[in-house]
Amino acid sequence: MMRDEKLIFEKSVEGRIGYSLPENDVPKVDLEAFYPVEMLRKTAPELPEVSEVDVIRHYTNLSKRNYGVDSGFYPLGSCTMKYNPKINEDIASMEGLAQMHPFQDPQSAQGNLEILHNMDKYLSEILGMERVTLQPAAGAHGEMTGLMIIKAYHMHRNDSKRVKIIVPDSSHGTNPASAALAGFEVVHIPSDERGCVDINALENILDDTVAGLMLTNPNTLGLFEEDILKISEMVHGCGGLLYYDGANMNAIMGIARPGDMGFDIAHVNLHKTFSTPHGGGGPGSGPIGVVKELVPFLPVPVIEKVNDSFVLDYDRPLSIGKVKSFYGNFGVILRAYSYIRTMGAQRLKEASQTAVLNANYIRKKLEDFYEIPYNRICMHEFVLSAQKQAQNGVTALDIAKNLLDAGIHPPTIYFPLIVHEAMMIEPTETESPETLDNFIGIMQGLAVKAQDDPESLKNAPKTTYVSRLDEVKAARTPVLRWKK
Amino acid sequence: MKSSYIPMTRQQQEAMLSAVGVESLDELFSAIPEDLRLKTDLNLPKPLSEHELKKHMNMLAQRNSDACENSCFLGAGVYDHIIPSAVKHIISRQEFYTAYTPYQPEISQGVLQSIFEYQTMISELTGMDAANASLYDGATALYEAVLLASRFNGRKEVLVARSVNPEYRKVLHSGLKYSGITIKEVDFIREENNSDGKNGTIDLEQLQGELSKDTAAIAIQSPNFFGILEDIKALSQKVKEVGALLIAVCDPISLGVFESPGELGADIAVGEAQPLGNPMNFGGPLLGYFAVKSPLLRRMPGRIAGETTDSQGRRGFVLTLQAREQHIRREKATSNICTNQALCALAAVSYLSLMGKEGLKEVATQCINKSVYTYRSLLETGKVSQVFNAPFFREFVVKPKIKPNVLNKALLAEKIIGGYDLTVEYPELEGCWLVAVTEKRSVDEIDDFVDKVNSICQGGGYK
Repeated sequence: MMRDEKLIFEKSVEGRIGYSLPENDVPKVDLEAFYPVEMLRKTAPELPEVSEVDVIRHYTNLSKRNYGVDSGFYPLGSCTMKYNPKINEDIASMEGLAQMHPFQDPQSAQGNLEILHNMDKYLSEILGMERVTLQPAAGAHGEMTGLMIIKAYHMHRNDSKRVKIIVPDSSHGTNPASAALAGFEVVHIPSDERGCVDINALENILDDTVAGLMLTNPNTLGLFEEDILKISEMVHGCGGLLYYDGANMNAIMGIARPGDMGFDIAHVNLHKTFSTPHGGGGPGSGPIGVVKELVPFLPVPVIEKVNDSFVLDYDRPLSIGKVKSFYGNFGVILRAYSYIRTMGAQRLKEASQTAVLNANYIRKKLEDFYEIPYNRICMHEFVLSAQKQAQNGVTALDIAKNLLDAGIHPPTIYFPLIVHEAMMIEPTETESPETLDNFIGIMQGLAVKAQDDPESLKNAPKTTYVSRLDEVKAARTPVLRWKK
Repeated sequence: MKSSYIPMTRQQQEAMLSAVGVESLDELFSAIPEDLRLKTDLNLPKPLSEHELKKHMNMLAQRNSDACENSCFLGAGVYDHIIPSAVKHIISRQEFYTAYTPYQPEISQGVLQSIFEYQTMISELTGMDAANASLYDGATALYEAVLLASRFNGRKEVLVARSVNPEYRKVLHSGLKYSGITIKEVDFIREENNSDGKNGTIDLEQLQGELSKDTAAIAIQSPNFFGILEDIKALSQKVKEVGALLIAVCDPISLGVFESPGELGADIAVGEAQPLGNPMNFGGPLLGYFAVKSPLLRRMPGRIAGETTDSQGRRGFVLTLQAREQHIRREKATSNICTNQALCALAAVSYLSLMGKEGLKEVATQCINKSVYTYRSLLETGKVSQVFNAPFFREFVVKPKIKPNVLNKALLAEKIIGGYDLTVEYPELEGCWLVAVTEKRSVDEIDDFVDKVNSICQGGGYK
């Protein structure tokens, strides 16, 4: 690959332009007469002066230093990096759908409102919930919204002593962070020897100060919480609510539903389970569904169908208000809508079944090479430990970096925190057995090398645009912008 | 029929089940209690082929009337600006849009460098020292800014101008409800005979009265929701007297001609960067930008890209200052942000690269020329009256002779998306209309708009 070290700013040539704007066709305003002079900018912002071809080449070259799902296998656990169908991209930029202003008269936006209304119905059905709000922009944002609803629910019942949210020690970092942000005290509970919620520990902390419990099911070890009905009975028994972190929903579509398990609120990540692209870190979408009793607390507006017409209902006195401008990440919702409409019930179920089969296949093929702390039938992902290899000086990080040289995106590493040298592997249903076998062969080979020639694994990656980067230096003396 | 997105064949499935050591797919789910396992299919519409999906979506699109079909004079936080073709081509590169958050920097230099460039451009526009990689939208960015301010100085009260976008204030109110931070809203000036050009701006006298040692921050918007510029410099002086922080919500296009909030003394600049190369998308995804002065840098929320070197001494980029973040700090993190709006930020950085110094200024200047032309032409019809008398950017308030909602309905029949009706959010501005005019509107579209407003008002709204 040709090296091009320059930033776009370093390619700037004074006087060069990259835009094509219409000629100004109205009388010019004298800025210095119209505005107080001190409000006008003295020095222009240091934006690059480059041509269109400069910009296209620059970002095309940058894209080559990136790796997407279309580039190859991406078994990043908890992130569900499944293939992003191309038709969904076409739909999302379709004229008549994308170029709509959110404050347009609802009568002139009936198509978009119908899509949102249908999406509410489909997701409610998939989650086993009464209603869904599409407003949250991401999973963590859905968590935050759900926790605000939990708060509002207890306050509405004048039950202000409920200040605690329980999260398992294996939970996603967003769970405790969202709970703290929503004004709760966070209590961690340990996992038992089977990798599930420790029922006895839960029993001990349940009292009338508990507002709710957040749970991922299957959990971050890829294991189904077998005692879920007991857990929900216990939490409900003490007056708390159950929140479902839907990051792992890809395991159970059409097979089981959070609503039936006893969850009161559930989010889904459309950018995981429902195939919308991650965009290199967003935009995502994190709708949440709620049970009947919590519907009055949903954010406004709720889209209702009244006499064959779709309306925005803002008149909801118990609503928590707004968590984001407008109605959610419509562009992302459109892609997920397209996905659900092209999949239908049976294919969604087949997707989950295949995702689970793929994960178990890899687990089985790697169990003789790596330690698998909770080795039994898993759901859509599983966690192995590179502890055996680490004793030889080869860490999970080293294995990850060697995968880069093999052209594969590494699994999630060092998470969940309860497994040492964790590697969390989620293949998804969109990968062929040939792809899985290739990955398995490489992982087995790395395990053998870690035994025979550990030193050879310490310098990876060697084939990427840059080698290992100094993260300590980046944090110690932060350089967060270019300067002339 | 099978899904084209699932490559495993029936034969392969058999072989894999036996490799795993189970008899059936159902056996894989034996950990799920029998009672919980669905016995019937989900109740969803039957699957469509690609072709059928397109037809279905076309049918839905026909129930809309969009900004391609109509001339859009509606803004109020989301704007119909020109988007260069190259932007879509850049963000359609699969290596960008199908990638995850850049956790593996060696194969993520593309998105990391683009974020670094984006952070630079936002810092430049706002006159700040550092920016993060983006937040969900302007409203949530303001919410995060208030949390940051309170975290920084330990104070628990925030003063917010009522001339800040109502959507932003709603998000702030719901987000802060149980945070221990209280919100006080400060009114805007509206005097019948005010001639000093301050009408529509924050009421400094009221603000002065509310400021105290408990004030964590003041949040203002400039140009504000009415399109009017606030005196950021005067505000920053007042704020500093009590040791609070100034949060300025600024439109990034406007910063092509107006002095930056950083230069004028703001501590935090946030706002909506949708106008930079992102379509209106019915209100989402949008792009929240977030920039701060140095003292606040290590407490910023969200992802941040930083420059470093690789083991061979070459320049490279990583996600940095991660000790602030949820995946490390859990409940002690500065925010719960995980996913942000990276692809929208890529659209913004592409847009700003194409526009450059001159182009951005040209866009801003044309917004001014065209909105002022529209404003003056509307006043000349005698069918709308002046409301404020202060200089504005891209957007202005007038009061038409008929109700804005009636006027808008009539305009839509003429293929025009009219302005924003201020009646609901600002009862004191009943019957007032917020009109936005971007560089995208031609003189012909504007003249037609003015004619139609004139004739509709003439006829009392009904033809």
